[in-house]
Amino acid sequence: MTPQSNLMVLAPVASGRAPELRKLLSTMNRSPGIVDPENTLVPFGRLSSVHFARFIVLEDLTTNEVAAYGVQPGNYPIYLAFMADFDGERDAFTGELVRIAGAGLQQIFSYCEGFSQNTDLRSWMAANNVPIATNYVNWIGRTSRQVGEESALHTALAGYVVQNAAGLAGLQPQQVHERLRQYIRSEQQSGRLSLTPAAPTPLGWHIRNLAHCVGVLLVLLLLLPFLLVYLPFFLIMLRRAEKSDPAISYRVNLEHANQLSLIEDHDVTNQFTVIGSLKPGWFPRSTLVFVLWVANWTTRHFYNRARLARISTIHFARWVFMDGKKRLVFASNYDASLEGYMDDFINKVGFGLNLVFGVGVGYPRTRFLILDGAKDEQKFKYVLRRHELPTDVWYNAHPGLTALDRHRNSMIREGLEQDSLSDIEARQWLQLI
Amino acid sequence: MSANPVEYSDIQGLVRFGYGALTQASFLLLEIRDRRAAAAWLASAPVSNAVELDTPPQTALQVALTYPGLQTLGVPQPVLAGFSDEFQSGMWGQENRSRRLGDVGASAPAAWTWGGPDKVPHVVVMAYAQRAVDTFIDSIKGAAWDTAFRFIESLSTTDLDGVEPFGFTDGISQPTLDWERRRTTEDQLKYTNVACLGEFLLGYANEYGHYTDRPLLTNDPGNSSLPTAEDAPDMRDLGRNGTYLVLRQIQQDVRGFWQFVNGQAGGDPQTRERLASAMVGRTRDGEPLAPLSNSPIPGVTPGKPSNQFTYDSDVDGTRCPFGAHVRRSNPRNADFPDGTTGFFSKIAYDLGLKHVEIRQDIKSSTRFHRLLRRGREYGPALSPEQALQPGYPDKAEHGLHFICLNANLSRQFEFVQSAWIMSSKFNGMTGETDPLLGNRLPVANAQPTDSFLLSQESGLARRISGVPRFVTVRGGAYFFLPGIKALKFLATAYGAK
Repeated sequence: MTPQSNLMVLAPVASGRAPELRKLLSTMNRSPGIVDPENTLVPFGRLSSVHFARFIVLEDLTTNEVAAYGVQPGNYPIYLAFMADFDGERDAFTGELVRIAGAGLQQIFSYCEGFSQNTDLRSWMAANNVPIATNYVNWIGRTSRQVGEESALHTALAGYVVQNAAGLAGLQPQQVHERLRQYIRSEQQSGRLSLTPAAPTPLGWHIRNLAHCVGVLLVLLLLLPFLLVYLPFFLIMLRRAEKSDPAISYRVNLEHANQLSLIEDHDVTNQFTVIGSLKPGWFPRSTLVFVLWVANWTTRHFYNRARLARISTIHFARWVFMDGKKRLVFASNYDASLEGYMDDFINKVGFGLNLVFGVGVGYPRTRFLILDGAKDEQKFKYVLRRHELPTDVWYNAHPGLTALDRHRNSMIREGLEQDSLSDIEARQWLQLI
Repeated sequence: MSANPVEYSDIQGLVRFGYGALTQASFLLLEIRDRRAAAAWLASAPVSNAVELDTPPQTALQVALTYPGLQTLGVPQPVLAGFSDEFQSGMWGQENRSRRLGDVGASAPAAWTWGGPDKVPHVVVMAYAQRAVDTFIDSIKGAAWDTAFRFIESLSTTDLDGVEPFGFTDGISQPTLDWERRRTTEDQLKYTNVACLGEFLLGYANEYGHYTDRPLLTNDPGNSSLPTAEDAPDMRDLGRNGTYLVLRQIQQDVRGFWQFVNGQAGGDPQTRERLASAMVGRTRDGEPLAPLSNSPIPGVTPGKPSNQFTYDSDVDGTRCPFGAHVRRSNPRNADFPDGTTGFFSKIAYDLGLKHVEIRQDIKSSTRFHRLLRRGREYGPALSPEQALQPGYPDKAEHGLHFICLNANLSRQFEFVQSAWIMSSKFNGMTGETDPLLGNRLPVANAQPTDSFLLSQESGLARRISGVPRFVTVRGGAYFFLPGIKALKFLATAYGAK
């Protein structure tokens, strides 16, 4: 299996140049929200291992909200973020990226502070790559190539089944399975379909993964006595903050909402980027650092098979601290429209939202960190939408395929590659097509 | 939950009654020509309320306004800003909304006969009568009617005796409103048909136990005719006892529907009937294809056609196809997967500790997405047999004036229409949208959406491809159906000034 990696280049935009940069980025789109995969700056379509990528100018519209806590709002620069999720090692990806889109990236990054014509692109990107607090991958090990091949497999099977409906009608499920295997084998032999076998998992990844899995648990175990001593103090401070922190619940500016929706729902998958400040002080900050550190363990070692707790609609997501952990960026690639995405979240993982966003400025009032909060549905939706920023360029290597589609296609392939299935297994497998 | 009694006398009757006995109905779409004259008419209009009478009424009148209507009436901007975004921008007002609602291609707002760009009505006057609805309309107009309003269009209706134009019994499943306000908002482990009042009326707690945003006014003496806001006792509630009304004119290609189904059935009447029923999810007389449930469902009264079913005993979709219209528009699921019993099993699901099948637990909980439907058919009846006769005279348009009520347009109507009806990915499906309402236009990466899948017990589903489009949206708008005090307040406090 080939594990997935990510890149997030984050750099301040040179003062006053954000509008020009936005204009340049917009030339990569055919129309707002629809990228041209062959655009001249970064022809994403030629990158072999990428799943999702985006460029976004991060201009936080909500920095002043922190004033409600009696704190002077920070004077943050406008950042440019370039994010990508891909297969294999980061080095290999940036190598390919620079080879294919070096000139375009030079042009884009030249709007950033400290970037000049003489800057070495690869080392600059490496230097400006920020660590991710929590990273989520829907299915660790499913490569972009595999998504494409398995989608073609599903299309071929569905087509064959329609065209040969009469011939297949009288057969037993196991016989149909065999017949479809024969068909796919001939398609493969003729070169019309390919199902590349999974590459061996890199040994280094195994070792690092195991070390992380055990390491975090060990640290937690060591910390346990301190955490237990801290717990009563934590709860007192938490409840005090939860009762007194201002909740900010103004409505979303209609123009801002329109700007966001203009680029949404062109595909069955959508992009989402929010930015916001943490409530001031060490307490919210340390709480979120701990929560995201634990959350990252769960996503890396547990929620890596199609579902993030009860949510099956997120492809990739990341939580990233900015500006000395005073601010947080969350970016995701999700299925369905925003309203559905938010409903899914509120109703299925409301406690999780409260955990990871509850210390954000203006978040609806939580109780004991996990209760209430997002259940104040409208206020929660306002907060998210207020903090959301329009993604300037967004690329999805496989438009039209939901996370569930990708999962189902993998299951189809898995069943196809079985020499024989029991009657029930064959029936269930055929239902997938 | 506080059991403040509900002010039936302040609620427009349509929220509580479908006025089924008033078989004649006509919806007048109007533009306000003279603000003061219109206000005077609105202030004195004999609007029917939701009080149950000993003798059923012979007529009923309902009035609702669009956002441009409220603007024209002179409602000030800070008050208007209290209405929902969807209402403010309107049904066609955002390219993204049209995309999500499926109002593209032949159904695009630019081609609408009413409600599209520059054609948004200000007011809809809904008249219902046992007989002679036109006489009733004449009787309510009053002397200044023509000064007050410019007539845009009259949406006439036909009484098809509870059957929609394709020939299926319609309006069988409706949420039961919790008028007694006994409902609590804890997690629902079983599907229930009872819905919090706040889902269908502004100013009451909704399924989250919260109050949907609406315009609240200060406690000035001038606002004292309005009810007090339950969640903000120092404010007056312009929304209370009101709701949003969605009106869409949906033209139905009755001949196209039956001819397609007949073609697929190879002309065999029984197969044709079976396929048509599979597309709807109920037989023509309304019986559900999904097996009936043995245990009662809260808010479902036993009877025929039955509503006592969920899809929990049809997880493979072999009895009622996943894509069937009624299964899409009301998936009848609860907050947790079927079989969740209590605290620990909830936690196990919450943390993702339980194994779930690929299709399990992927739908949103139904109780947050209910609609109260109040639609009426239009056009002459055309039976399936007539629709299949080659030379049968059929010049008139057939269709439905789809009407639904909801307190939150985006979470209710728009969600159901976009995430359930129009989505080609709903419930793990692919390549199909609603068999009756889909626009059949391909989605991203040129993926077709014109299939319909019939799951089979033997495993391989039967895929019907090339399903044509059977409906065209001809018009539509979002209205505010105010409480009666609020209507009079809007007219006197703003319109008369």
